[in-house]
Amino acid sequence: MGMTVVQKILARASGRSEVAVGDVVEPAVDLAMSHENAALVINQFQAIYEGTGLEPTLWDAARIAIVFDHRVPAESPKTATNQKRIRGFVGINGIAKFHDIRGDRGGICHQILPESGYVLPGAVVVGTDSHTTSHGALGAFAFGVGATEMASIWALGHAVNVEVPATIKVNVSGVLPPMVGPKDVILHLVGKLGAAGATFRVLEFHGDAIRAMSTSGRLTLCNMAVEAGATSGIVPADAETIRYLKEEAGVLEAVHPVVPDRDAAYERTVDVDVSALAPQIACPHTVDNVRPVSEVAGRHVDQIVIGSCTNGRLDDLAVAAGILKGRKVASTTRMLVFPASGRIYQQALEAGYVADLVRAGAVVMNAGCGPCLGVHEGALGDGEVALSTTNRNFKGRMGNPASDVYLCSPAVAAASAVTGVITDPRQEGKP
Amino acid sequence: MSAASVVLVLGDDVSTDVIYPGRYMATVLPAETPQYAFADLGVFNAKLKAGAVPAGSVVVAGKNFGCGSSREQAVSALKGHELAIVAGSFARIFLQNAINLGLRLIEAPGVTAAEGDELAIGVTEVVNLTSGRRYAVRSLPAARQAIIEAGGLIPYTRKRLLGRSAAR
Ligand code: SF4
Repeated sequence: MGMTVVQKILARASGRSEVAVGDVVEPAVDLAMSHENAALVINQFQAIYEGTGLEPTLWDAARIAIVFDHRVPAESPKTATNQKRIRGFVGINGIAKFHDIRGDRGGICHQILPESGYVLPGAVVVGTDSHTTSHGALGAFAFGVGATEMASIWALGHAVNVEVPATIKVNVSGVLPPMVGPKDVILHLVGKLGAAGATFRVLEFHGDAIRAMSTSGRLTLCNMAVEAGATSGIVPADAETIRYLKEEAGVLEAVHPVVPDRDAAYERTVDVDVSALAPQIACPHTVDNVRPVSEVAGRHVDQIVIGSCTNGRLDDLAVAAGILKGRKVASTTRMLVFPASGRIYQQALEAGYVADLVRAGAVVMNAGCGPCLGVHEGALGDGEVALSTTNRNFKGRMGNPASDVYLCSPAVAAASAVTGVITDPRQEGKP
Repeated sequence: MSAASVVLVLGDDVSTDVIYPGRYMATVLPAETPQYAFADLGVFNAKLKAGAVPAGSVVVAGKNFGCGSSREQAVSALKGHELAIVAGSFARIFLQNAINLGLRLIEAPGVTAAEGDELAIGVTEVVNLTSGRRYAVRSLPAARQAIIEAGGLIPYTRKRLLGRSAAR
Protein backbone atom coordinates (compact mmCIF):
# COMPACT_ATOMS: atom_id res chain seq x y z
CA MET A 1 0.00 0.00 0.00
CA GLY A 2 1.34 3.44 -0.91
CA MET A 3 1.97 6.16 1.63
CA THR A 4 0.81 9.74 1.99
CA VAL A 5 3.38 12.52 2.49
CA VAL A 6 2.98 12.48 6.25
CA GLN A 7 3.31 8.69 6.39
CA LYS A 8 6.55 8.93 4.41
CA ILE A 9 7.88 11.63 6.71
CA LEU A 10 6.96 9.71 9.86
CA ALA A 11 8.47 6.49 8.48
CA ARG A 12 11.77 8.24 7.72
CA ALA A 13 11.83 10.06 11.06
CA SER A 14 11.17 6.92 13.05
CA GLY A 15 13.61 4.74 11.15
CA ARG A 16 11.04 2.51 9.51
CA SER A 17 10.49 1.58 5.89
CA GLU A 18 6.77 2.16 6.18
CA VAL A 19 4.04 3.14 8.60
CA ALA A 20 0.29 2.69 8.47
CA VAL A 21 -2.49 4.83 9.93
CA GLY A 22 -2.80 4.17 13.65
CA ASP A 23 0.76 2.90 14.12
CA VAL A 24 2.42 4.40 17.16
CA VAL A 25 5.79 5.97 16.35
CA GLU A 26 8.36 8.17 18.02
CA PRO A 27 9.60 10.47 15.25
CA ALA A 28 12.90 12.31 15.62
CA VAL A 29 12.22 16.03 15.62
CA ASP A 30 14.02 18.25 13.09
CA LEU A 31 12.87 21.59 14.48
CA ALA A 32 11.25 22.49 17.82
CA MET A 33 9.82 26.00 18.05
CA SER A 34 8.53 28.01 20.99
CA HIS A 35 7.66 31.65 21.56
CA GLU A 36 7.23 33.44 24.90
CA ASN A 37 5.74 30.24 26.27
CA ALA A 38 9.31 28.93 26.32
CA ALA A 39 9.16 30.29 29.88
CA LEU A 40 6.79 27.43 30.75
CA VAL A 41 8.73 24.94 28.63
CA ILE A 42 11.92 25.77 30.58
CA ASN A 43 10.05 25.28 33.86
CA GLN A 44 8.69 21.88 32.77
CA PHE A 45 12.04 20.88 31.26
CA GLN A 46 13.76 21.48 34.58
CA ALA A 47 10.99 19.62 36.41
CA ILE A 48 11.67 16.50 34.32
CA TYR A 49 15.20 16.31 35.73
CA GLU A 50 14.24 16.84 39.37
CA GLY A 51 15.46 14.02 41.57
CA THR A 52 17.17 12.18 38.71
CA GLY A 53 20.72 13.24 39.50
CA LEU A 54 21.04 14.11 35.80
CA GLU A 55 21.98 17.55 34.54
CA PRO A 56 19.18 19.12 32.43
CA THR A 57 20.58 18.78 28.90
CA LEU A 58 18.98 19.87 25.62
CA TRP A 59 19.09 17.11 23.06
CA ASP A 60 20.21 19.49 20.31
CA ALA A 61 20.29 23.27 20.75
CA ALA A 62 20.71 23.71 16.98
CA ARG A 63 17.25 22.26 16.39
CA ILE A 64 15.50 24.56 18.86
CA ALA A 65 14.02 27.86 17.71
CA ILE A 66 12.67 30.56 20.03
CA VAL A 67 10.89 33.59 18.61
CA PHE A 68 9.45 36.44 20.68
CA ASP A 69 6.22 37.53 19.04
CA HIS A 70 3.15 37.30 21.24
CA ARG A 71 3.90 40.35 23.37
CA VAL A 72 6.49 42.49 21.66
CA PRO A 73 7.69 44.90 22.86
CA ALA A 74 6.71 43.58 26.31
CA GLU A 75 3.39 44.97 27.55
CA SER A 76 4.06 44.33 31.26
CA PRO A 77 6.86 43.78 33.76
CA LYS A 78 5.73 40.16 34.02
CA THR A 79 6.21 39.50 30.31
CA ALA A 80 9.48 41.42 30.26
CA THR A 81 10.76 39.28 33.12
CA ASN A 82 9.69 36.07 31.34
CA GLN A 83 11.49 37.27 28.22
CA LYS A 84 14.56 38.09 30.28
CA ARG A 85 14.59 34.58 31.77
CA ILE A 86 14.28 33.03 28.33
CA ARG A 87 17.16 35.17 27.02
CA GLY A 88 19.27 33.85 29.89
CA PHE A 89 18.41 30.25 29.00
CA VAL A 90 19.09 30.90 25.31
CA GLY A 91 22.50 32.38 26.15
CA ILE A 92 23.59 29.58 28.48
CA ASN A 93 22.51 26.87 26.05
CA GLY A 94 23.73 28.54 22.86
CA ILE A 95 20.39 28.52 21.04
CA ALA A 96 21.30 30.24 17.76
CA LYS A 97 17.82 30.18 16.20
CA PHE A 98 16.67 32.85 18.64
CA HIS A 99 14.73 35.85 17.37
CA ASP A 100 14.52 38.62 19.91
CA ILE A 101 12.53 41.86 19.70
CA ARG A 102 14.20 43.46 16.70
CA GLY A 103 13.18 45.40 13.62
CA ASP A 104 15.44 43.42 11.32
CA ARG A 105 15.12 39.73 12.20
CA GLY A 106 12.16 39.69 14.58
CA GLY A 107 8.55 38.84 13.83
CA ILE A 108 5.87 36.19 14.16
CA CYS A 109 7.22 32.66 14.62
CA HIS A 110 5.21 31.23 11.73
CA GLN A 111 6.77 33.74 9.37
CA ILE A 112 10.29 33.73 10.86
CA LEU A 113 10.72 29.96 10.49
CA PRO A 114 9.92 29.83 6.76
CA GLU A 115 11.70 33.06 5.78
CA SER A 116 14.85 32.04 7.70
CA GLY A 117 15.04 28.74 5.82
CA TYR A 118 14.60 26.69 9.01
CA VAL A 119 11.85 24.47 7.56
CA LEU A 120 12.62 22.03 4.75
CA PRO A 121 10.37 19.56 2.93
CA GLY A 122 10.15 16.21 4.72
CA ALA A 123 11.04 17.65 8.13
CA VAL A 124 9.23 16.96 11.39
CA VAL A 125 8.45 20.34 12.96
CA VAL A 126 6.80 20.80 16.35
CA GLY A 127 5.84 24.07 17.96
CA THR A 128 4.19 25.18 21.17
CA ASP A 129 1.61 27.00 19.12
CA SER A 130 -1.47 25.59 17.46
CA HIS A 131 -0.77 27.36 14.16
CA THR A 132 2.46 25.39 13.75
CA THR A 133 0.40 23.67 11.03
CA SER A 134 1.53 26.63 8.85
CA HIS A 135 4.87 25.01 8.08
CA GLY A 136 3.18 22.24 6.14
CA ALA A 137 3.19 24.84 3.35
CA LEU A 138 6.81 23.82 2.73
CA GLY A 139 6.05 20.10 2.63
CA ALA A 140 7.02 19.41 6.25
CA PHE A 141 4.93 17.57 8.85
CA ALA A 142 4.31 20.33 11.37
CA PHE A 143 2.03 20.18 14.37
CA GLY A 144 1.31 22.00 17.61
CA VAL A 145 2.10 20.61 21.04
CA GLY A 146 1.74 21.86 24.61
CA ALA A 147 4.59 23.18 26.72
CA THR A 148 5.12 19.97 28.69
CA GLU A 149 5.27 17.94 25.49
CA MET A 150 7.88 20.37 24.19
CA ALA A 151 9.89 19.97 27.40
CA SER A 152 9.84 16.22 26.83
CA ILE A 153 11.06 16.74 23.24
CA TRP A 154 13.84 19.06 24.44
CA ALA A 155 15.01 16.21 26.69
CA LEU A 156 14.48 13.21 24.39
CA GLY A 157 14.79 14.61 20.85
CA HIS A 158 11.68 12.86 19.66
CA ALA A 159 7.95 13.09 20.20
CA VAL A 160 6.56 10.24 22.30
CA ASN A 161 3.71 7.96 21.32
CA VAL A 162 2.56 9.66 18.13
CA GLU A 163 -0.26 7.89 16.34
CA VAL A 164 0.13 8.04 12.55
CA PRO A 165 -2.82 10.20 11.48
CA ALA A 166 -5.19 9.49 8.61
CA THR A 167 -5.02 11.92 5.71
CA ILE A 168 -7.82 13.74 3.93
CA LYS A 169 -6.95 14.70 0.36
CA VAL A 170 -8.13 18.19 -0.54
CA ASN A 171 -8.27 18.82 -4.27
CA VAL A 172 -8.40 22.52 -5.08
CA SER A 173 -9.09 23.16 -8.75
CA GLY A 174 -9.79 26.16 -10.94
CA VAL A 175 -8.43 29.69 -11.23
CA LEU A 176 -9.09 32.15 -8.39
CA PRO A 177 -11.30 35.05 -9.55
CA PRO A 178 -10.17 38.66 -8.99
CA MET A 179 -10.34 39.80 -5.34
CA VAL A 180 -10.56 36.17 -4.18
CA GLY A 181 -7.49 34.57 -2.61
CA PRO A 182 -6.08 31.79 -0.46
CA LYS A 183 -7.83 33.14 2.67
CA ASP A 184 -11.20 32.74 0.97
CA VAL A 185 -10.29 29.17 0.00
CA ILE A 186 -9.40 28.15 3.54
CA LEU A 187 -12.36 29.95 5.12
CA HIS A 188 -14.63 28.15 2.67
CA LEU A 189 -12.97 24.81 3.48
CA VAL A 190 -13.19 25.30 7.26
CA GLY A 191 -16.87 26.16 6.86
CA LYS A 192 -17.37 23.02 4.80
CA LEU A 193 -15.47 20.66 7.15
CA GLY A 194 -16.60 22.23 10.43
CA ALA A 195 -14.48 23.19 13.45
CA ALA A 196 -13.84 19.55 14.36
CA GLY A 197 -14.23 18.06 10.87
CA ALA A 198 -10.58 17.08 10.53
CA THR A 199 -9.64 16.33 14.15
CA PHE A 200 -6.72 13.83 14.30
CA ARG A 201 -6.45 14.07 10.50
CA VAL A 202 -3.98 15.71 8.12
CA LEU A 203 -5.20 17.84 5.22
CA GLU A 204 -3.01 17.18 2.17
CA PHE A 205 -3.53 19.84 -0.51
CA HIS A 206 -3.48 19.08 -4.22
CA GLY A 207 -4.86 20.48 -7.46
CA ASP A 208 -3.98 23.08 -10.08
CA ALA A 209 -5.04 25.98 -7.83
CA ILE A 210 -2.48 24.85 -5.24
CA ARG A 211 0.27 24.38 -7.83
CA ALA A 212 -0.38 27.93 -9.07
CA MET A 213 -0.34 29.35 -5.52
CA SER A 214 2.65 31.13 -3.99
CA THR A 215 4.26 29.85 -0.80
CA SER A 216 2.71 32.83 0.95
CA GLY A 217 -0.77 31.63 -0.02
CA ARG A 218 0.05 28.06 0.98
CA LEU A 219 1.13 29.33 4.40
CA THR A 220 -2.30 30.95 4.77
CA LEU A 221 -4.00 27.64 3.89
CA CYS A 222 -1.93 25.43 6.19
CA ASN A 223 -2.05 28.03 8.98
CA MET A 224 -5.81 27.61 9.27
CA ALA A 225 -5.92 23.82 8.80
CA VAL A 226 -6.06 23.66 12.60
CA GLU A 227 -9.33 25.63 12.54
CA ALA A 228 -10.92 22.46 11.12
CA GLY A 229 -9.28 20.57 13.98
CA ALA A 230 -6.54 19.09 11.75
CA THR A 231 -3.27 17.88 13.24
CA SER A 232 -1.58 19.48 10.27
CA GLY A 233 -2.03 20.78 6.74
CA ILE A 234 0.54 19.92 4.10
CA VAL A 235 1.29 20.98 0.54
CA PRO A 236 3.62 18.42 -1.06
CA ALA A 237 6.76 20.33 -2.04
CA ASP A 238 7.24 21.29 -5.69
CA ALA A 239 9.13 23.75 -7.90
CA GLU A 240 7.57 26.72 -6.09
CA THR A 241 8.75 25.36 -2.74
CA ILE A 242 12.28 25.05 -4.05
CA ARG A 243 12.09 28.54 -5.57
CA TYR A 244 10.91 30.03 -2.27
CA LEU A 245 13.54 28.29 -0.18
CA LYS A 246 16.42 29.23 -2.53
CA GLU A 247 15.34 32.74 -3.53
CA GLU A 248 13.50 34.04 -0.48
CA ALA A 249 14.74 31.94 2.43
CA GLY A 250 18.40 31.73 1.45
CA VAL A 251 18.65 27.94 1.66
CA LEU A 252 21.92 26.78 0.11
CA GLU A 253 21.69 23.03 0.57
CA ALA A 254 19.87 20.70 -1.83
CA VAL A 255 16.09 20.55 -1.28
CA HIS A 256 14.37 17.19 -1.68
CA PRO A 257 10.59 17.27 -2.06
CA VAL A 258 8.63 14.39 -0.50
CA VAL A 259 5.60 13.47 -2.57
CA PRO A 260 2.84 10.97 -1.91
CA ASP A 261 2.76 7.57 -3.62
CA ARG A 262 0.30 7.30 -6.50
CA ASP A 263 -1.64 4.65 -4.61
CA ALA A 264 -1.51 6.43 -1.24
CA ALA A 265 -4.54 5.63 0.89
CA TYR A 266 -6.62 8.67 1.83
CA GLU A 267 -9.45 8.51 4.28
CA ARG A 268 -11.51 10.58 1.87
CA THR A 269 -11.20 13.26 -0.78
CA VAL A 270 -12.72 16.72 -0.60
CA ASP A 271 -13.05 18.69 -3.84
CA VAL A 272 -13.10 22.46 -3.93
CA ASP A 273 -13.55 24.33 -7.21
CA VAL A 274 -12.50 27.93 -6.74
CA SER A 275 -13.48 29.31 -10.17
CA ALA A 276 -16.76 30.70 -8.88
CA LEU A 277 -15.74 31.26 -5.26
CA ALA A 278 -16.94 34.54 -3.72
CA PRO A 279 -15.05 36.41 -0.98
CA GLN A 280 -15.76 34.61 2.31
CA ILE A 281 -16.22 35.78 5.89
CA ALA A 282 -16.30 33.91 9.22
CA CYS A 283 -18.93 35.39 11.52
CA PRO A 284 -18.81 35.47 15.34
CA HIS A 285 -17.98 33.41 17.38
CA THR A 286 -16.64 30.35 15.55
CA VAL A 287 -14.25 30.08 12.62
CA ASP A 288 -16.52 27.60 10.83
CA ASN A 289 -19.45 30.06 10.78
CA VAL A 290 -18.55 30.99 7.21
CA ARG A 291 -20.66 32.76 4.56
CA PRO A 292 -20.11 34.74 1.39
CA VAL A 293 -19.27 38.35 2.35
CA SER A 294 -22.33 39.62 0.47
CA GLU A 295 -24.59 38.08 3.15
CA VAL A 296 -23.30 40.41 5.87
CA ALA A 297 -22.28 43.35 3.68
CA GLY A 298 -23.25 46.74 5.11
CA ARG A 299 -22.62 45.91 8.74
CA HIS A 300 -20.75 48.68 10.58
CA VAL A 301 -17.14 47.95 11.58
CA ASP A 302 -15.30 49.73 14.39
CA GLN A 303 -11.86 48.29 13.80
CA ILE A 304 -10.18 46.79 10.76
CA VAL A 305 -7.13 44.63 11.41
CA ILE A 306 -4.69 43.46 8.72
CA GLY A 307 -1.75 41.29 9.69
CA SER A 308 -0.84 38.13 11.65
CA CYS A 309 0.73 34.83 10.67
CA THR A 310 -2.29 34.25 8.45
CA ASN A 311 -2.28 37.40 6.31
CA GLY A 312 0.57 39.71 7.28
CA ARG A 313 2.90 38.95 4.39
CA LEU A 314 4.07 41.24 1.59
CA ASP A 315 1.41 40.15 -0.92
CA ASP A 316 -1.29 40.78 1.70
CA LEU A 317 0.02 44.28 2.38
CA ALA A 318 0.26 44.88 -1.39
CA VAL A 319 -3.44 44.05 -1.81
CA ALA A 320 -4.38 46.39 1.06
CA ALA A 321 -2.15 49.21 -0.18
CA GLY A 322 -3.49 48.77 -3.71
CA ILE A 323 -7.03 49.36 -2.49
CA LEU A 324 -6.19 52.18 -0.06
CA LYS A 325 -3.64 54.13 -2.09
CA GLY A 326 -4.87 57.69 -2.57
CA ARG A 327 -8.00 57.06 -0.48
CA LYS A 328 -8.96 57.38 3.16
CA VAL A 329 -10.00 55.01 5.91
CA ALA A 330 -13.63 55.93 6.72
CA SER A 331 -13.90 58.36 9.64
CA THR A 332 -16.26 55.95 11.42
CA THR A 333 -13.70 53.18 11.65
CA ARG A 334 -10.03 52.72 12.58
CA MET A 335 -7.48 50.54 10.88
CA LEU A 336 -4.50 48.65 12.33
CA VAL A 337 -1.86 46.93 10.20
CA PHE A 338 0.85 44.68 11.62
CA PRO A 339 3.30 42.98 9.26
CA ALA A 340 4.27 39.37 10.00
CA SER A 341 8.00 40.07 10.27
CA GLY A 342 10.57 42.82 10.38
CA ARG A 343 11.79 41.72 6.96
CA ILE A 344 8.31 42.11 5.50
CA TYR A 345 8.02 45.51 7.20
CA GLN A 346 11.19 46.65 5.42
CA GLN A 347 10.03 45.27 2.08
CA ALA A 348 6.69 47.04 2.52
CA LEU A 349 8.54 50.27 3.29
CA GLU A 350 10.68 49.94 0.17
CA ALA A 351 7.65 49.13 -2.00
CA GLY A 352 5.82 52.19 -0.67
CA TYR A 353 2.98 50.17 0.89
CA VAL A 354 3.57 51.52 4.37
CA ALA A 355 3.34 55.10 3.09
CA ASP A 356 0.14 54.31 1.16
CA LEU A 357 -1.45 52.78 4.24
CA VAL A 358 -0.34 55.49 6.67
CA ARG A 359 -1.48 58.26 4.33
CA ALA A 360 -4.86 56.57 4.11
CA GLY A 361 -5.13 56.74 7.90
CA ALA A 362 -4.06 53.24 8.94
CA VAL A 363 -1.86 52.75 11.99
CA VAL A 364 1.07 50.54 10.99
CA MET A 365 2.30 48.70 14.08
CA ASN A 366 5.46 46.70 14.70
CA ALA A 367 5.78 43.11 13.48
CA GLY A 368 4.42 40.62 16.03
CA CYS A 369 1.13 39.11 17.14
CA GLY A 370 -0.27 42.46 18.25
CA PRO A 371 -4.06 42.65 18.28
CA CYS A 372 -4.51 39.04 17.07
CA LEU A 373 -4.66 37.61 20.58
CA GLY A 374 -5.93 40.70 22.33
CA VAL A 375 -3.47 41.00 25.17
CA HIS A 376 -1.30 43.76 24.00
CA GLU A 377 -2.67 46.48 21.82
CA GLY A 378 -5.74 47.20 19.75
CA ALA A 379 -8.34 46.12 22.31
CA LEU A 380 -12.01 46.44 21.38
CA GLY A 381 -14.67 48.29 23.37
CA ASP A 382 -17.85 46.63 24.64
CA GLY A 383 -20.22 45.91 21.77
CA GLU A 384 -17.64 46.84 19.13
CA VAL A 385 -17.13 44.96 15.87
CA ALA A 386 -13.77 44.03 14.37
CA LEU A 387 -13.07 42.81 10.85
CA SER A 388 -9.74 41.03 10.82
CA THR A 389 -7.46 39.04 8.55
CA THR A 390 -6.36 36.91 11.54
CA ASN A 391 -7.45 33.31 12.07
CA ARG A 392 -9.67 33.16 15.16
CA ASN A 393 -12.87 34.84 16.23
CA PHE A 394 -13.70 32.97 19.44
CA LYS A 395 -15.45 34.92 22.15
CA GLY A 396 -12.79 37.02 23.86
CA ARG A 397 -10.10 36.25 21.29
CA MET A 398 -9.25 39.90 20.71
CA GLY A 399 -9.37 40.61 24.41
CA ASN A 400 -13.01 41.55 24.98
CA PRO A 401 -15.69 38.84 25.29
CA ALA A 402 -18.31 41.56 24.75
CA SER A 403 -17.09 42.27 21.20
CA ASP A 404 -17.62 40.61 17.81
CA VAL A 405 -14.84 39.51 15.45
CA TYR A 406 -15.31 38.70 11.76
CA LEU A 407 -12.52 37.05 9.76
CA CYS A 408 -11.76 37.81 6.11
CA SER A 409 -9.10 38.34 3.45
CA PRO A 410 -6.92 41.47 3.12
CA ALA A 411 -9.01 42.54 0.09
CA VAL A 412 -12.27 42.45 2.08
CA ALA A 413 -10.63 44.20 5.03
CA ALA A 414 -9.16 47.00 2.91
CA ALA A 415 -12.35 47.54 0.90
CA SER A 416 -14.29 47.71 4.17
CA ALA A 417 -11.81 50.21 5.61
CA VAL A 418 -12.73 52.65 2.86
CA THR A 419 -16.47 52.35 3.45
CA GLY A 420 -16.54 51.68 7.20
CA VAL A 421 -18.94 48.79 6.66
CA ILE A 422 -18.38 45.17 5.61
CA THR A 423 -17.84 45.41 1.87
CA ASP A 424 -17.44 42.95 -0.97
CA PRO A 425 -14.20 44.08 -2.65
CA ARG A 426 -15.68 43.25 -6.05
CA GLN A 427 -18.41 45.85 -5.42
CA GLU A 428 -16.25 48.48 -3.75
CA GLY A 429 -15.95 51.68 -5.72
CA LYS A 430 -19.04 50.91 -7.80
CA PRO A 431 -21.95 53.33 -7.41
CA MET B 1 -17.86 4.16 39.46
CA SER B 2 -17.49 7.51 41.11
CA ALA B 3 -20.39 9.93 41.54
CA ALA B 4 -19.88 13.65 41.08
CA SER B 5 -21.89 16.84 40.70
CA VAL B 6 -22.12 18.88 37.56
CA VAL B 7 -21.04 22.43 38.33
CA LEU B 8 -20.95 23.96 34.86
CA VAL B 9 -22.59 23.11 31.53
CA LEU B 10 -21.23 24.48 28.23
CA GLY B 11 -21.97 23.95 24.53
CA ASP B 12 -19.90 22.86 21.52
CA ASP B 13 -16.53 24.32 20.47
CA VAL B 14 -15.50 25.78 23.83
CA SER B 15 -12.15 27.38 22.96
CA THR B 16 -9.12 27.79 25.18
CA ASP B 17 -9.83 31.54 24.97
CA VAL B 18 -12.92 30.82 27.08
CA ILE B 19 -11.18 28.39 29.43
CA TYR B 20 -8.15 30.64 29.96
CA PRO B 21 -8.35 34.08 28.30
CA GLY B 22 -5.27 35.17 26.34
CA ARG B 23 -4.76 38.27 28.46
CA TYR B 24 -3.59 36.07 31.35
CA MET B 25 -1.08 34.16 29.27
CA ALA B 26 1.88 35.98 30.80
CA THR B 27 1.10 33.85 33.84
CA VAL B 28 2.64 30.50 33.04
CA LEU B 29 3.45 28.57 36.19
CA PRO B 30 0.90 25.81 36.87
CA ALA B 31 0.66 26.91 40.51
CA GLU B 32 -0.47 30.41 39.48
CA THR B 33 -2.93 29.71 36.66
CA PRO B 34 -5.99 28.31 38.53
CA GLN B 35 -7.17 31.80 39.58
CA TYR B 36 -7.92 32.58 35.89
CA ALA B 37 -9.89 29.42 35.05
CA PHE B 38 -12.98 30.51 33.07
CA ALA B 39 -12.07 34.10 33.99
CA ASP B 40 -14.73 35.57 31.68
CA LEU B 41 -17.48 33.44 33.25
CA GLY B 42 -17.44 35.75 36.26
CA VAL B 43 -19.82 33.91 38.57
CA PHE B 44 -18.23 30.50 38.08
CA ASN B 45 -14.71 31.92 38.36
CA ALA B 46 -15.68 33.60 41.64
CA LYS B 47 -16.97 30.27 43.00
CA LEU B 48 -13.75 28.55 42.02
CA LYS B 49 -11.66 31.21 43.68
CA ALA B 50 -13.78 31.09 46.83
CA GLY B 51 -13.11 27.35 47.08
CA ALA B 52 -16.84 26.69 46.71
CA VAL B 53 -16.35 24.02 44.03
CA PRO B 54 -15.24 20.71 45.54
CA ALA B 55 -12.44 18.72 43.90
CA GLY B 56 -13.80 16.11 41.52
CA SER B 57 -16.69 18.30 40.38
CA VAL B 58 -17.63 17.97 36.73
CA VAL B 59 -17.83 20.36 33.80
CA VAL B 60 -20.04 19.01 31.01
CA ALA B 61 -19.63 20.23 27.43
CA GLY B 62 -20.43 19.32 23.84
CA LYS B 63 -18.15 18.57 20.93
CA ASN B 64 -14.61 19.87 20.34
CA PHE B 65 -13.91 21.08 23.89
CA GLY B 66 -10.60 22.93 24.16
CA CYS B 67 -10.30 23.96 20.52
CA GLY B 68 -8.04 26.80 19.45
CA SER B 69 -4.79 27.88 21.06
CA SER B 70 -2.39 25.26 22.40
CA ARG B 71 -1.93 27.20 25.67
CA GLU B 72 -1.29 24.68 28.41
CA GLN B 73 -2.59 27.14 31.01
CA ALA B 74 -6.07 26.05 29.92
CA VAL B 75 -5.28 22.63 31.34
CA SER B 76 -3.23 23.57 34.38
CA ALA B 77 -5.95 26.05 35.42
CA LEU B 78 -8.60 23.29 35.46
CA LYS B 79 -6.23 20.75 36.95
CA GLY B 80 -5.53 23.17 39.80
CA HIS B 81 -9.18 22.91 40.85
CA GLU B 82 -9.21 19.14 40.22
CA LEU B 83 -12.19 19.47 37.91
CA ALA B 84 -13.14 16.60 35.61
CA ILE B 85 -14.36 17.36 32.09
CA VAL B 86 -17.04 15.20 30.48
CA ALA B 87 -17.52 16.22 26.85
CA GLY B 88 -18.79 14.92 23.54
CA SER B 89 -15.29 15.18 22.14
CA PHE B 90 -12.03 17.05 22.70
CA ALA B 91 -9.71 19.00 20.41
CA ARG B 92 -6.40 17.23 19.84
CA ILE B 93 -3.87 19.50 21.54
CA PHE B 94 -6.10 20.06 24.58
CA LEU B 95 -6.60 16.31 24.93
CA GLN B 96 -2.87 15.68 24.83
CA ASN B 97 -2.11 18.50 27.24
CA ALA B 98 -4.68 17.08 29.65
CA ILE B 99 -3.13 13.63 29.52
CA ASN B 100 0.31 15.16 29.94
CA LEU B 101 -0.71 17.08 33.06
CA GLY B 102 -3.06 14.45 34.50
CA LEU B 103 -6.35 16.37 34.09
CA ARG B 104 -9.26 13.95 34.08
CA LEU B 105 -11.14 13.88 30.75
CA ILE B 106 -14.07 11.65 29.86
CA GLU B 107 -15.20 11.51 26.22
CA ALA B 108 -18.89 10.62 26.12
CA PRO B 109 -20.46 11.44 22.72
CA GLY B 110 -23.90 13.00 23.03
CA VAL B 111 -23.62 13.64 26.78
CA THR B 112 -26.10 16.13 28.23
CA ALA B 113 -26.63 17.36 31.76
CA ALA B 114 -27.92 20.31 33.73
CA GLU B 115 -26.14 22.11 36.53
CA GLY B 116 -26.66 20.25 39.78
CA ASP B 117 -27.10 16.84 38.12
CA GLU B 118 -25.22 13.91 39.63
CA LEU B 119 -23.13 11.80 37.28
CA ALA B 120 -21.78 8.32 37.88
CA ILE B 121 -18.59 8.07 35.83
CA GLY B 122 -17.40 4.59 34.95
CA VAL B 123 -14.79 3.20 32.60
CA THR B 124 -17.26 2.33 29.86
CA GLU B 125 -20.26 4.45 30.71
CA VAL B 126 -21.39 7.76 32.18
CA VAL B 127 -24.79 7.63 33.88
CA ASN B 128 -26.65 10.83 34.58
CA LEU B 129 -28.25 9.77 37.87
CA THR B 130 -30.58 12.75 37.81
CA SER B 131 -32.01 12.29 34.29
CA GLY B 132 -31.46 8.54 34.11
CA ARG B 133 -29.70 8.82 30.74
CA ARG B 134 -26.63 6.71 29.95
CA TYR B 135 -23.77 7.53 27.60
CA ALA B 136 -21.04 5.24 26.31
CA VAL B 137 -17.49 6.36 27.06
CA ARG B 138 -14.96 6.44 24.25
CA SER B 139 -11.58 5.44 25.61
CA LEU B 140 -8.65 7.83 25.33
CA PRO B 141 -6.03 7.04 22.65
CA ALA B 142 -4.32 3.73 23.43
CA ALA B 143 -0.97 5.22 22.44
CA ARG B 144 -1.20 7.58 25.40
CA GLN B 145 -2.03 5.00 28.06
CA ALA B 146 1.57 4.71 29.18
CA ILE B 147 1.64 8.42 29.95
CA ILE B 148 -1.62 8.25 31.88
CA GLU B 149 -0.31 5.30 33.86
CA ALA B 150 2.94 7.11 34.66
CA GLY B 151 0.89 9.99 36.11
CA GLY B 152 1.68 12.45 33.35
CA LEU B 153 4.36 13.31 30.85
CA ILE B 154 6.92 14.68 33.31
CA PRO B 155 7.26 11.43 35.28
CA TYR B 156 6.97 9.45 32.04
CA THR B 157 9.83 11.32 30.34
CA ARG B 158 11.87 11.15 33.55
CA LYS B 159 11.49 7.37 33.47
CA ARG B 160 12.55 7.22 29.84
CA LEU B 161 15.63 9.35 30.54
CA LEU B 162 16.64 7.25 33.50
CA GLY B 163 16.12 4.12 31.40
CA ARG B 164 18.40 5.58 28.76
CA SER B 165 21.18 6.54 31.15
CA ALA B 166 20.98 3.12 32.84
CA ALA B 167 21.40 1.46 29.44
CA ARG B 168 24.62 3.36 28.77
S1 SF4 C 1 -0.39 36.16 14.90
FE1 SF4 C 1 -2.07 35.38 16.14
S2 SF4 C 1 -2.47 33.30 15.42
FE2 SF4 C 1 -0.44 33.94 14.65
S3 SF4 C 1 1.00 33.15 16.17
FE3 SF4 C 1 0.49 35.25 16.74
S4 SF4 C 1 -1.22 35.06 18.18
FE4 SF4 C 1 -1.04 33.11 17.11
